[in-house]
Amino acid sequence: MAPKTPQRWNRKDLLGIAELSAPEIELILDTADSFAEIGERPIKKVPTLRGKTVINLFFEASTRTRSSFEIAEKRLSADNINFSTSGSALEKGETLVDTAMNLQAMAPDLVVIRHGHPGVPHMLAGRIKAGVINAGDGAHEHPTQALLDAYTIRRHKKKIAGLKVVILGDIEHSRVVRSNIHLLRKLGAKVTVGGPRTMMPVAMETMGVEVAYSLDEAIRGADVIMMLRVQLERQGKMAFPSVREYFQLFGLTTERLKAAKDDVIIMHPGPMNRGVEISSELADGPYSVILEQVTHGVSVRMAVLYLLSGVHEEAV
Amino acid sequence: MAKNLKPKTTILDAKQMARIIRRMAGEIIETDRDLTRLLLVGIRTRGVPLAEKIAAEIERMEGQKVPVGILDITLYRDDLSTVAAQPQVKGTHLPRSLDDCIVVLCDDVLYTGRTVRAALDELIDFGRPKAVKLAVLIDRGHRELPIQADFVGKEVPTAQNEVIEVSFQDTDGTEQVRILERGTRA
Amino acid sequence: MSKLLIHGGRVIDPSQGLDGVFDVSIEDGAVAKIDGAIKKPKGAEEFDASGLVVSPGLIDIHVHLREPGQEYKETVRTGTMAAAAGGFTAVACMANTDPVNDNRSVTELILSEATKWGFARVHPIGAISKGLKGEELAEIGEMLRAGAVAVSDDGKPVMNAELMRRALLYAQHFDVAVIQHAEDLTLTGAGVMHEGEWSTKLGLPGIPGAAEDVMVARDIILAEDTGGRYHVAHLSTARSLDMCRRAKAQGLRVTCEVAPHHLILTDEEVAKSGFSTNTKMKPPLRSARDREALVNGLADGTVDCIASDHAPHHADEKDVQFNLAPFGILGLETTLSLCLDRLVRPGILSLPRLVELLSTGPARVLGLPGGTLKVGSPADVTVFHPTEKVTIRAASFRSRSRNTPFDGWTLHGRPVATFLGGRRVEV
Repeated sequence: MAPKTPQRWNRKDLLGIAELSAPEIELILDTADSFAEIGERPIKKVPTLRGKTVINLFFEASTRTRSSFEIAEKRLSADNINFSTSGSALEKGETLVDTAMNLQAMAPDLVVIRHGHPGVPHMLAGRIKAGVINAGDGAHEHPTQALLDAYTIRRHKKKIAGLKVVILGDIEHSRVVRSNIHLLRKLGAKVTVGGPRTMMPVAMETMGVEVAYSLDEAIRGADVIMMLRVQLERQGKMAFPSVREYFQLFGLTTERLKAAKDDVIIMHPGPMNRGVEISSELADGPYSVILEQVTHGVSVRMAVLYLLSGVHEEAV
Repeated sequence: MAKNLKPKTTILDAKQMARIIRRMAGEIIETDRDLTRLLLVGIRTRGVPLAEKIAAEIERMEGQKVPVGILDITLYRDDLSTVAAQPQVKGTHLPRSLDDCIVVLCDDVLYTGRTVRAALDELIDFGRPKAVKLAVLIDRGHRELPIQADFVGKEVPTAQNEVIEVSFQDTDGTEQVRILERGTRA
Repeated sequence: MSKLLIHGGRVIDPSQGLDGVFDVSIEDGAVAKIDGAIKKPKGAEEFDASGLVVSPGLIDIHVHLREPGQEYKETVRTGTMAAAAGGFTAVACMANTDPVNDNRSVTELILSEATKWGFARVHPIGAISKGLKGEELAEIGEMLRAGAVAVSDDGKPVMNAELMRRALLYAQHFDVAVIQHAEDLTLTGAGVMHEGEWSTKLGLPGIPGAAEDVMVARDIILAEDTGGRYHVAHLSTARSLDMCRRAKAQGLRVTCEVAPHHLILTDEEVAKSGFSTNTKMKPPLRSARDREALVNGLADGTVDCIASDHAPHHADEKDVQFNLAPFGILGLETTLSLCLDRLVRPGILSLPRLVELLSTGPARVLGLPGGTLKVGSPADVTVFHPTEKVTIRAASFRSRSRNTPFDGWTLHGRPVATFLGGRRVEV
């Protein structure tokens, strides 16, 4: 068997899925496999990033993503520092440019950034030498979430190509939808997005997905269902008159799930609104892999930190 | 094979390799009477087929199945900051708790000793073995750390510009050990 | 008696249907004669325009000079210098200064600054509403007497339909145009770019085309009912263009302008530029379909003029994330080259039609003197090279600001000189 050139990771930053190739994505997922086992050892630590400094810059509160990154960093023996600011403090105070210059002066090896505005990680990446990992920039991209979702799917379905994956809920404001769509399509899955018309961005089909405005139509024959968290109240405007109406129209229940395939898996990036987008029964039931996603999040983030730590200014 | 390496000599053919591995298995049996606590751990990549073959020989000779583990030392390497891109990690799989085990680390070539140093660090993170020993098919000298093998297949003195190439059926499609020479650019 | 002879240039004057190689003789600040091979009068200065185009001075009727109040972005001096460098002899400036130009004093300040520096003529546009609050009419008569030429709340739309109706009625006493920045802010919401394929892909909140169209539709009805003169500032959508087309066919006094960036760039530019804030302005860069419709509208006469919406912002203000950056880009020093390279060169517009859109058209829309080289008219002249290569270098702009997406672009065609009342303007 002729050995094929192994895919190497050459990017300084991980800013989004849109620019990645399928082999690069698979490299991350394969690497995550090796890191998964570390979480089962008695000593859940490897010395790989010993002496490296990782700064977690979270401009938006996010217990889930941040703690996942923190655990990943600590398991790799990195020194990590957390900076969190609420969005309004940043808007009134230091500009992003000044923040970048201050960070550069601290010479971190990697920066993990989460911000409410699209394009912020990209701005940062262009101004600091450290590798930048996008932990979510508004409704634009959330690459590590999409990667851990894909990893979870792969664990259950062996391969992603040919699967029917359905993403349901507030598509417009979702952090993860775009990254998920890019990734699943690059790996050959067929993606359908479903949601109320008031929560569906215009021209969604241009992203290469099917668009459905009814739950039952959307999940027909689905292999994977990804639920999105629904926030009915946004900027003082109600996309939906009430929680009850939303659940009636778009809540996923055991009964409605029958339209999907028998071995469907249900995912959710968290945190869940029980009884709004998903019934408690389904959230805790046998189809749900929601808690697994959290476990895999650590492995995937360890893989990303590991791969990015190897890209040095001189070597690039 | 890298572009500027050319074969110089074949030190061992398949038959010679098999004989040596048999001898090493015999030495291990002789030294560690209690085979029930033995664990052979192959260091990726080619320490693994070596460990498997030794385990097969031990089973053939004593009727005792010895568990074989796989150790990927990539994450413990001391040169990660200097390589051009992160090497691929393939994963570590150890079949049981290490506490109270006699671990025999297996690798194809012992050279500077840095790989074994990394392997020891990783093993210790898994538990507290009763003892750790080292079995290598080829010892080519040029140690940079105070590391020695307990079971050596063959000692082969080499020059710095030479490379020892060990091939196993499973990993390379053939069984042999060769010395390759790094060519000088014309 | 100061005399100037501009000889050997291709004289294009749409107001007279002139297009040929002629000499232009200027005396005492006015056009004296246009003829082939005029003998140089004694004591006259000469300007050799061979190989160049000689046109009525170009007029940009949508410019923000930022003075008074925001002089760190631009001043009347730097803004008119930028105008002259861009080939413009006159600009009309908007009222969203600080304090707002809703009174005689600010109008007079702007005019006195312009006269003092003498780089270009400035025609102030007064506010429609006091303080641009959109509640009460400003003292339109006073401002017009002080020298304002039209009214607009630009920067902001007049959201209140009753106020717009009243403005359209009142302005008729002075026969001036009411210029609307057409945008229904409730539809804009938190939008920062055009709502479409690219806002969806980038996850940025969008400004639907409807935000503009809804306003234009409403205002055209009001223009019909009142008989007023209504001008759409920076028109950007195919649908609004269509509505203007129909209004004109009906005989309504509706006019519109288009900015060069809407003719050249689309919403995809936000993605292509990696969220560059120099692709953020209002109205936003629209879809390819809108762009195409606007370009067609130039050729078929629906669009009355090209106006840049020159909106200077300090580099620090623009060096933030896309969501937070102020809207607006520069225009004075890129408009002519962009239009020559992207509209004339590919054969979309003829050179005379472009000159019309940049001089005769704007003059007609606002009822300004200028846009003509008829004998006796003030000798405001623009001379430009229609095809010479030039690379846009924002760092060399006369403007105080640098916010342009066209930095580094290599274009064919560039301004060479401007004359104000026969006097060569040195920048």
